Amino acid sequence: MNKRPLSPHLQIYRLPLTAWLSITHRITGVFLSLGMIVLVIFLLAVAQGVESFSLVHGFLVSIVGRIFLWSWVYALIFHLCHGFRHLVWDTGHGFDREGFTRLAAYEIIASLILLTLIFLLATFKPWL
Amino acid sequence: MADFSLPKNSKVQPGKTWSAPVGAKRIKRIEVYRYDPESGENPRLDVFQIDLDRCAPMVLDALLLIKNEIDPTLAFRRSCREGVCGSCSMNIDGHNTLACTKAMDDCDEVIRIYPLPHLSVVKDLVPDMTHFYAQYAAIKPWIVTQTPPPADRERLQSKEERSKLDGLVECILCASCSTSCPSYWWNGDRYLGPAVLLQSYRWIVDSRDETTGERLDELEDPFKLYRCHTIMNCTDTCPKGLNPAKAIAEIKKLLVERQK
Repeated sequence: MNKRPLSPHLQIYRLPLTAWLSITHRITGVFLSLGMIVLVIFLLAVAQGVESFSLVHGFLVSIVGRIFLWSWVYALIFHLCHGFRHLVWDTGHGFDREGFTRLAAYEIIASLILLTLIFLLATFKPWL
Repeated sequence: MADFSLPKNSKVQPGKTWSAPVGAKRIKRIEVYRYDPESGENPRLDVFQIDLDRCAPMVLDALLLIKNEIDPTLAFRRSCREGVCGSCSMNIDGHNTLACTKAMDDCDEVIRIYPLPHLSVVKDLVPDMTHFYAQYAAIKPWIVTQTPPPADRERLQSKEERSKLDGLVECILCASCSTSCPSYWWNGDRYLGPAVLLQSYRWIVDSRDETTGERLDELEDPFKLYRCHTIMNCTDTCPKGLNPAKAIAEIKKLLVERQK
């Protein structure tokens, strides 16, 4: 007998918003781990002195470096917001069929508001 | 490790097209996954153009029309045709549901029908459910007691105790939820999946069952229960409107609470 085929899954399934957020949570988690390595490299460079610091600093303020840093900031915020929803889920709430897509949308909105706030703070530096 | 693409023998090829009958006014295009175990060929996607004026409203009616009048070799499971038997669960328009309770009016312009996802296919829309049923049997889906039953009556429940089973006993084991779950796709060999976990919870909260502790012991396992990452596909897709994700969360809560 021929080996039976596997029915299509990811290829055909229309994932709901909650599923997209779940996979994004995982991707941002991996991305944050990479960011930790960059943070360690940055600290090592600071400890080693002016030359290595200016090398790393030069990269971080370049366009590529800035894209990476802001992606890292958003990954952190998103991961935090989704983590907060996991805390709520762990109490047994937030599962209503009518409401869970709306809650997922709130999560995205909250993460975007936080990103905007951090962007404004970083741009206008009110503490200076 | 999860394999995101289909194996070589499972890639879906374009199939035959069956044109609408002459004189048909309201034509609906339905694409159906076909696999013929006799031929040894890859699965294909056949196109059926049916006359809606000759067809009752549900997707199952269209499949029956196809089988009766266009291609009698089409294989699918069905029985009650009213959403209580769970036989005709399949993937319609990218969601798992029951063909008998899904109206064609609620479907896309082109209706695409596949078997339940990530199962081995016996023929056409008939997947192999052996593993799913074995997992169900493994949770002992019956009342287990240690005390002898009362001599003069059944084991009774109060209305409050019975109400805890609402939203659980309605499950018809159609496997729509389990086969919608990416965790079950990648780890179905060890993860029990939403349907079986909802059933498990149904026996855990049954006031007449006397093995709640043992049932929880069985589930305290990184794979059987904790592969649930609250993706919510299960609750999103359940054709009976139940909430497997919540049932799983309640099991997790019970496991934490009993550590106190």
